[in-house]
Amino acid sequence: MAELSDEHRVVITGVGLTAPNGDTLRDFRTALLEGRSGVRKYDIRYVGETLAGVCEFNEQKYQTRKDRRRGTRAASVAIFSTNEAIVDAGLDWPNVDKSRVGIYIGVTEHGNVETENEIFELKGFDYDTKFWSHHHNPRTVANNPAGEVSLNLGVTGPHYTIGAACAAGNAGLIQGVQMLRLRECDVALSGGVSESIHTFGIFASFKSQGALATHDDPTKASRPFDRGRNGIVVAEGGCMYVLERFADAKARGAKIYGEIAGYAMNSDANDFVLPHPERQAECMELALKRAGITADEIDIVSTHATGTSSGDIQECLALRRVFGDKQVLFNNAKSFIGHAMGAAGALELAGNLPAFEDGYCHATINVEDLDPECALDGLVLNEPRETHQPRYILNNSFGMLGINSVLIVKKV
Amino acid sequence: MTSGEIRETVLDILANIAPDEDLSELKDDVSFREQLELDSMDFLDIVMELRKRHRIQIPEDDYVELASMQSTVRYLEPLMKDLQKA
Repeated sequence: MAELSDEHRVVITGVGLTAPNGDTLRDFRTALLEGRSGVRKYDIRYVGETLAGVCEFNEQKYQTRKDRRRGTRAASVAIFSTNEAIVDAGLDWPNVDKSRVGIYIGVTEHGNVETENEIFELKGFDYDTKFWSHHHNPRTVANNPAGEVSLNLGVTGPHYTIGAACAAGNAGLIQGVQMLRLRECDVALSGGVSESIHTFGIFASFKSQGALATHDDPTKASRPFDRGRNGIVVAEGGCMYVLERFADAKARGAKIYGEIAGYAMNSDANDFVLPHPERQAECMELALKRAGITADEIDIVSTHATGTSSGDIQECLALRRVFGDKQVLFNNAKSFIGHAMGAAGALELAGNLPAFEDGYCHATINVEDLDPECALDGLVLNEPRETHQPRYILNNSFGMLGINSVLIVKKV
Repeated sequence: MTSGEIRETVLDILANIAPDEDLSELKDDVSFREQLELDSMDFLDIVMELRKRHRIQIPEDDYVELASMQSTVRYLEPLMKDLQKA
């Protein structure tokens, strides 16, 4: 990948997002640098009071109330984020050939929210299925979030979601890069979304697994690498990017956030839920190889760590194998917003991109008692750290069933 | 329910299905489709809401009766005359 022509290099020209602590890249970045959490108390059917990262973007900014009513929250997150990304990219959207636009959205899961809601409603009708909504199928098909974006924006090129557990945000971006290189599209709208906080099942399942975070202070509940961590805070969110070939971006004088210099995905083939540091390390090494760089050229690593007792340690094992004693900074955005599932990889990358301009590596917060097994030398604890003209960011995202994804973004 | 109450019920359902529309000027003798942006899924919503709220079953062959407010109220009158407005 290091020797690619401008026709094969793929760059980020627009970012749109909604996070529990910001609905623009600027606000999100400011929150990360100022240590502002987006986690709060949250009530969900059957589970009761718990904690979550909750988004508050304006759904009506790009959607009619009728379209929102007919569609899904996941799609609403995707529609908002994608429209914001297009505006940010400065594309002359009315004159963009919509048949040459592709939509590739990573999702951890889809359809649970709608299915749970329908069953809840049906209970009131003694489970008589003639009261089951005709909207159920279009809402729950796996392509729903991407399909609703295509309807909203009039995109007639390909659209689909990429189901990749919590590795999905990166996977959406990787799909976009590949489709641009294959010339299947000229503009890729890529990223990830999650509406998971609206399903009780994800909370109940993590709780049964002993992996749902609790804390008296919601803002301190998500605490990767801290010895007092006790699980995951579920969050919703979305982050969509406009990706273009470098030649096209350059020709239209687009602002360029960075180049996707390398990527990799692989599988643990090891366990349903437990991570596997060897495969994680191999995934990072493959991404580095494809980017044509060595580990010591990476400036910032955005870790995946979710705040579970074993997962954080496993990732640190992988990071030590890849980076050893090299001068690399490590941070974690989940400590601020919780785990945004399908959006996590895309959001966490976005939170780090401004480092190319402002020269800061945001921190991982809530580390009061660093777990010695997570004590990486370059871990940026609680306060952002100035870093000298960063050139490369490596973004980790891993998921259940042993799916790993790594992206490397280079300053252009 | 009186025909006026049935009209109010249908209007309430329409407001829910088409929340972006201004229903204050709705003409009862003109078809819904000519005045509102409604598609087949929306008409299924009207049928479903009547079923959920009032347990009224409308056979598929009768869906054509829901073309306008006037025809809808006329069709629903015998089905809803014994119901009390909630």
